[in-house]
Amino acid sequence: MLRSGLYVSLVAAALGVASPAFAQSTPTSVYIPAILELSGPGAVSGTNFRDGMLLAIDEINAKGGILGRKIDTPLLDTQSDASISRAQVQKVLDNKPYVILGPVFSGSVLVDMALTQKAEIPEIVGGEAAAITQKNNPYVFRTSFGQQFSMPKIANYIRDGIKAKTVAVLWVNNDFGKGGRDNFIKEMASRNIKVVADVSTESGQADFSADVVKIKAANADAIFVYTNEEESARFLREAKKQGIKSPLIGETTLLGQKVIDLAEGAADGVRGHVGLTVDAPNPAVKEFAERFKKRFNYVCDHNGIKGYLAVYFIKYVTEKMGKFDSKAFAQTAHGLTITPKQEPGILMEATWDQNGDIDRESFLGEVVNGKQKIVETLPKLGK
Amino acid sequence: MNRLGIIAVVAAAIVAVALPFFLAPFGIYLISMWTVLTIAAIGLNLTLGYAGQVSLAQGAFVGIGAYCVALMTQAGWPYPFAFVCAGLLCFVIGWILGYPALRVQHHYLAFVTLAFTTLVFLVLRNEEWLTHGIYGIDGIARPTLLGWSTGEALDFYVFSLGALTVLAATTWWMLRSPWGRAFVALRENPIRALSLGLDTRRYTLMAFAIGSSLGGLAGALYAPLVQFIEPSSFALGLSFNLLLMVIVGGSGYFFGPFVGALIAVLLPEWLRVTQGYYLIVYAAAVMIMMALCPSGLLGLAERAAKAVLRRDPPPVAPLRIEVTEP
Amino acid sequence: MASFVQLVVSGLATGAIYALIAVGFTLLWQTSQTINFAQGEFVMLPAFFILASMNLGAPFWLAALIGIALSILVLGLLFKLVIVDPMLKHGVLPLVISTIALSLFLKESAKDFYSSQAQPFPALVPSTDVHVFGAVVSTQSLAVLAVAIATVVALHLLLNKTRLGRCMQATAQNPTLARILGIPVRRMVLYTFLINGALVAIASILISPIYLAKFTNGETLGMAAFLAAIIGGFNQVRGAILGGVILGVLDNLSAAYISSQYRGAFPLLILIAVILLRPQGLLGRIEERTV
Repeated sequence: MLRSGLYVSLVAAALGVASPAFAQSTPTSVYIPAILELSGPGAVSGTNFRDGMLLAIDEINAKGGILGRKIDTPLLDTQSDASISRAQVQKVLDNKPYVILGPVFSGSVLVDMALTQKAEIPEIVGGEAAAITQKNNPYVFRTSFGQQFSMPKIANYIRDGIKAKTVAVLWVNNDFGKGGRDNFIKEMASRNIKVVADVSTESGQADFSADVVKIKAANADAIFVYTNEEESARFLREAKKQGIKSPLIGETTLLGQKVIDLAEGAADGVRGHVGLTVDAPNPAVKEFAERFKKRFNYVCDHNGIKGYLAVYFIKYVTEKMGKFDSKAFAQTAHGLTITPKQEPGILMEATWDQNGDIDRESFLGEVVNGKQKIVETLPKLGK
Repeated sequence: MNRLGIIAVVAAAIVAVALPFFLAPFGIYLISMWTVLTIAAIGLNLTLGYAGQVSLAQGAFVGIGAYCVALMTQAGWPYPFAFVCAGLLCFVIGWILGYPALRVQHHYLAFVTLAFTTLVFLVLRNEEWLTHGIYGIDGIARPTLLGWSTGEALDFYVFSLGALTVLAATTWWMLRSPWGRAFVALRENPIRALSLGLDTRRYTLMAFAIGSSLGGLAGALYAPLVQFIEPSSFALGLSFNLLLMVIVGGSGYFFGPFVGALIAVLLPEWLRVTQGYYLIVYAAAVMIMMALCPSGLLGLAERAAKAVLRRDPPPVAPLRIEVTEP
Repeated sequence: MASFVQLVVSGLATGAIYALIAVGFTLLWQTSQTINFAQGEFVMLPAFFILASMNLGAPFWLAALIGIALSILVLGLLFKLVIVDPMLKHGVLPLVISTIALSLFLKESAKDFYSSQAQPFPALVPSTDVHVFGAVVSTQSLAVLAVAIATVVALHLLLNKTRLGRCMQATAQNPTLARILGIPVRRMVLYTFLINGALVAIASILISPIYLAKFTNGETLGMAAFLAAIIGGFNQVRGAILGGVILGVLDNLSAAYISSQYRGAFPLLILIAVILLRPQGLLGRIEERTV
């Protein structure tokens, strides 16, 4: 039996699944693994988050790390699949991480946060689904608005700014688009605005003629568009082609510079709410965007900012505590406000509430002559 | 099976039982996933390897089984009942899907099953009232059986390994019965099988239905293992993966799915040392493997064993079909 | 009515792209029983060849030529020599697995060695809108349609009007007989792979301005081409064209008039119906059953 035991452990070692005995980080570094969508349908979000994160990590490590310890962040790919994400989070939990970064897909976040809660390890996620912060999990923290916060802002704007009585909504049928659409419809109902067209599109869709035909036929006072970047641009081109007259309203993505460029002029006149993007009227954000572009050679989307913020959030909280303590991290971070003066890397003043939701200023914007123009700054919700 | 094979199986069984005691929860999760995928692959091996029907719907059946169990247990039904229902439901759907198999064969059947898989994905995503849509179902509880909670990683592994053992043994027994031999006859020469008086229609449907129900049972374990399911997990990718497991392991070999699923679960983990490039290396490895041993790893092992045995007076020449024989 | 015309015209332009990809798909099947599950990625990749050449300073026309040449070389010749040839004698299944792995390989390579972000791609024609029968069409769509039709007509002429084409057809229909007749079967098979390499490169140049060059492009395109090929007839070039056009138009009509959530389902239902009622496809020949 002893012999077979030896064989088994040999096999286990060969399989590469045995628990590594010395994987814990040495005192000179701190183990903050990242679990991200680096391949599969979520790869664009995942790689953006990764690059934002790496930028922050290198900046911090170049200045000596957090409390003198270098950040050690191995990257683990979920292939955009919840079951693999669960495996990866289990893997890093076995090695006693300080904090975990990611994932971005809400489904994967929901799987992982149950495990990190049990292990009492904080997790800084990129997911935007409302459900994430409604589960009384004290170890999960967002890096962007949940959809339950961004949609009321849009809804108010449609009611007060556009004064619309009817609205059409076009959304991409994945967990991002569906979540936004459901929250949006709820907000419309509570404001007595009628949804006259509800059009689902596929991610990767190229031909939007059918969708535009449908929306045109509905003849709504406003059209709300909630899809990913490339699809947004294709939709805008088709809408211009078929001569849609109603105002097009977007949430962050639709007013992004990337969409504006890809839409080749079709984005002019688009209005809406802008969360934190690289186009925000803020010198710190602009400067960050340039550093990002210089290093990675592309314009980062809001996931890149999320990754960047997440790392500085960890840095600030840890330095405030003066120690590496996962459990105390979660307690300290709730109700915490970080200003750029205290930590320049946070870019804009942000507050994390009792549920782990983030709160900060946002903007109302409009696309004029191929550029995003901010027309109004919306205060933090908590104010 | 020859003596060498028996030794290999016994050794593998010892490893499977003892391994978790040397593993961290991550390793246990991986080998639990291996048991689940093996069950699904055994089912596909039955339709593909034994009855010769190319199916790209096995991932969809895993999904149907997983959703069946998740929805039923969350509605308050006991897990064992839901488990059986998942198997039965997939049996029935598999039987119906088997009808095209009677009309068309080979690649055309692959196309029909491919379409089926995508249709199932669309239904799971769009019928929100039933399936919770794109959000998926989270917080699926691990079952408690006769007072034994399988909530901990090790307990669940014991449970899923037990399920694998029972299902594999049942399949083994079935394949050795006159019934199972009829499957093989069907694959090797359908016309002769027909002329021998086999009701080929019924056997083809049966092969499809049983294979599918194994897929459903695998799904019934998948749901409580991951504790979260979403439609995209059961899209075409999983069906492709299961097909890959069966072919890489050795289609038509009883133990092929065991080996194939092991490769599919572990190879990406091994390759993670290559960092961001691990999927590229993985894909290349699969292509190389297919070029070198198209009959799968067990086919390769058999050739190697044959070469060794040829030096001694061979006791029994192990033919491919006879792998299922004692 | 105007919207109906709009849907059909847009659908035709999309369908023409599907057809172009599906044609190559059927060619490979006919001459070598290769079901290429990586066909979509074959269309995704040439755009990156072209972008990479342009990054090295080549003007667009030169980069496009380099892209087509590389595509013929890599996705035609190399694909045949390295992946298809060693596996052909083992039957269809191992090759299916290999092409599935190849699609993953190409997708991940484009992502890791170029970029995960969608890349803008120069258009052949400036984008303006044209009014036709009450519908609005972009010049880009018209250009796509024109090039696709020209390519397919050229291919049709090659296959039916030249000696080479007839030899290729003979190879596809009955390789044994073709060999007896003195046709260099192996070379003919190679030609179909090279033609496929050129077709996917042309398709890539046509669609990338609209789709943008992105590593995931192959997923939707590959599936669409696959469906088009089967619906139209897996063993006829004409069939693939019909299939592509049906698919493009049907997708728009079903999304507009039936259900946008289930737009993906209608082609699949048609596929199942076609296979059950007319397995050889709408325009296909009945293949001799080997059993």
